[in-house]
Parts: sequence; structure tokens; C-alpha cells
Amino acid sequence: MASLALRSLGRLAIAAAISLCLNGAHAVETTNVMIDNFTFEPAQLTVKVGTTVTWKNRDDIPHTVVSAGKFRSKTMDTDDSYSFTFTAAGDYKYFCSLHPHMTGTIKVE
Amino acid sequence: MSEFDHDHDEGPNENSGVSRRRVLECMTWAGTGVLWTVSGGVPRSLGLVGSAQAAETAGMTFLQISDSHIGFDKPANPNALGTLEEAIGKINAMPVKPSFMIHTGDITHLSKAAEFDNADRIISQAKLDVHYVPGEHDFIDEEVKLYKERYGRGTKGAGWYSFDANGVHFIGLVNVVDLKAGGLGNLGTAQLEWLEDDLKGKSKSMPIVVFAHIPLWTVYPTWGWGTEDGARALDYLKGFGSVTVLNGHIHQVMQKVEGNVTFHTARSTAFPQPAPGAAPSPGPMKVADDKLRGLLGVASINFKPGDQRLAIIDTPLQG
Repeated sequence: MASLALRSLGRLAIAAAISLCLNGAHAVETTNVMIDNFTFEPAQLTVKVGTTVTWKNRDDIPHTVVSAGKFRSKTMDTDDSYSFTFTAAGDYKYFCSLHPHMTGTIKVE
Repeated sequence: MSEFDHDHDEGPNENSGVSRRRVLECMTWAGTGVLWTVSGGVPRSLGLVGSAQAAETAGMTFLQISDSHIGFDKPANPNALGTLEEAIGKINAMPVKPSFMIHTGDITHLSKAAEFDNADRIISQAKLDVHYVPGEHDFIDEEVKLYKERYGRGTKGAGWYSFDANGVHFIGLVNVVDLKAGGLGNLGTAQLEWLEDDLKGKSKSMPIVVFAHIPLWTVYPTWGWGTEDGARALDYLKGFGSVTVLNGHIHQVMQKVEGNVTFHTARSTAFPQPAPGAAPSPGPMKVADDKLRGLLGVASINFKPGDQRLAIIDTPLQG
């Protein structure tokens, strides 16, 4: 039992090492964007290709996230969330189609 | 405070924008509706309750309600349906029946069929014709069809239209679709062309009432409170002797007079929103429970012939 646990721990360590190696110095720490007070936080986010970003609406008012031609969420009521996986590098500017003064950017490298 | 006269002297800057002082004064009220009357071709608005009983009843009277947000159940007002019902109750208690009603949008909170049904069930109890324009909250069902199915008959584009009543030309505009990133409310080229055409051949002495959800004038762009191409619409209205622009969206009374144009925003029947810049965001403003109905009040707005300033007397329903 103990050796099995150790062995799987070792595998985990190897997986972690590989993942660290792949991500290099630009390790992604945040894949969540919170919506509070009609603001995307963080408004600018840099992620690696393949990252899934999740937006969560914590306002008492519904919001959307829309990036023309790229992605479009359903309307998120309070505490609803929306996720999108970025498979290509680039700058993705987005906004809330209900409150267009709310804008943000996901930079995918 | 039982009443307040907004027609006090604010000096030469009166028309240059909304003063901080006025904003703070206006934020004190959230109400149920605004009663409008057209007398001698000039729209005047009366208090919804109480003062309406004493007001002159000559001419045509119509009512504006706004932002009923049926489906909203958050702390700022867990029972938006109940306060709409109260507003309709007040309308029914009026001694003089208005000719019709306009609703300046955000009928529902999330564009759900049940929300539209509930709103209609309550509003129809006023037994008045209701002329609607949509708010952004009325277009968020997945297929964006429920509003148009219910209220879009006989309208153009996303739901704009005009009609005449008692010598007044009414224009309902839609400024909540095709919004652009970083921008404000939006009318769009097609609607502006229609508007220009709609006004062609109209006598300049014919009073015009324009109503739309988001303010057509720039109230506070930081919160998106304005319409990107609203100035183009107002250009077409130049030359008309009496133009009244009625909006909702900001859940508080605000007014401005600029030349021949009087701008006014109505209160919500659901929840108040903060004065521009007075909170981190324009989200629903939670007040003490016993204060909410104190904020639900009456507004009497008078458009005096030959006087370009409006006088508003607000009287709360309670307190």
C-alpha cells in the first residue's frame, strides 16, 4: 500500500515537473475572470494556448461576454459562469453586449 | 421631505449638463410612474398619486412606467412583481383615467416567457393601451424572439414605430441592440434613416414625444448612460417647437432642458440605482426595507408653455 502510494506520488511529481517545464516561466496561475460591479477582473489576462478561461458573474444584474466572431456566452445571471478554451494565439478583445462599457482582453500566447 | 421643486435657480450652467447637486437631489426618489398630460399642445407631467387628483385634467393624459424588471428577486427588492402591482393599483385609483400608457423598457429581468406573462398579467389590470419599447433585459432570450412576438407587431426593425394621439406625434425608438464594445446605447443607421423619413412633412408646430429605454442624451458615459448616435436623432428634431424625450434605464428621475428639447428619465417600479458616480457600479441599490416604499413616490413634472424649464414636484408614497 505504502509503496503504491509512494509510486503514485512519484508519478504526480513527474507530471508536475513536465507541466512546469512546458509552462516555463509564464506558468498560468489564473484562468478565472470575475465580474463584479460591472467590471471584468482581471480586465487583461495572458494565458497559454489551450487554456480554458471561466467568467463568473457575481453581480445582481445579468451580463454576457462576447468577442466578435470568436465566442459569445449566453446571458449569465447572478452566479452563472461561462467557459471558453483558447486554441489559437492572439489578442481576444471582448465586452458585455448588455453593458458595452464593460470590456476586457484575453491575450493568448 | 414631502415635496420638492426642481425648478429652482441653478445659475447659467443650467443647460450645460447635470449638476452634481441636482443629481444628488434626484437620486432621493424611486417611483412608480409618471403621469403625463398634453394641454394646449405642450406635454406636462403630473404627480402619479395625490397631486394628480388636484391637477388640471384638460387635454390628453398619458402615463409612463419603466423598468419593471419582472423576475428580479435580489436584495434591492425581492418582490419586483409586487411593486409593479402597487404601481398599477395607484394608476387604477386615479380619478381621471389616462388615455394610454407607455412602458420604456426592461419589462422583464431575463426575458423569460413567464416573466413577460407575469408583467402582462399585472400591467393589463390598468385596462389601458400600452405602447412599449424594449430594454436590453427584454432581448436576452436565446432566440431573441419573445419581445417581438408580444410587442413587435406593426413595428420596424428591432421594434421602432410612431403614432399620433390628440395632435401629438409619438415616436418609440430602440437603442438597446447591436451595442458596440466600449460604447453606449445605439440606434443604428437604419433606424435613424427611418426617423428622418418619419419626421418629413410633419408640421414644426406639432409636439413630438420621443421615448426609448436608454437616455438619448449623455447622462454618464462611464456607466454607459447615454446613446452613441443620439445626437443624430436630436438633429432631426431641431426646428420642432416642442420636443419631449422620455427614457428609463437609470432608475431615477433626471431631467434637462436644452433649447426646444426636454429630457426626462422615469423611475423604476422595481429597484433604485445610484446617482452617477455615487457607487462603484450602477447595480441595484439596496436601501432599508422601510425606505424602499418611501423612495417609491410620485413625480409631477410641468412643462409650462413658453417656459423651457421643467418644474418637478416629488411626493413619496410613504413618509
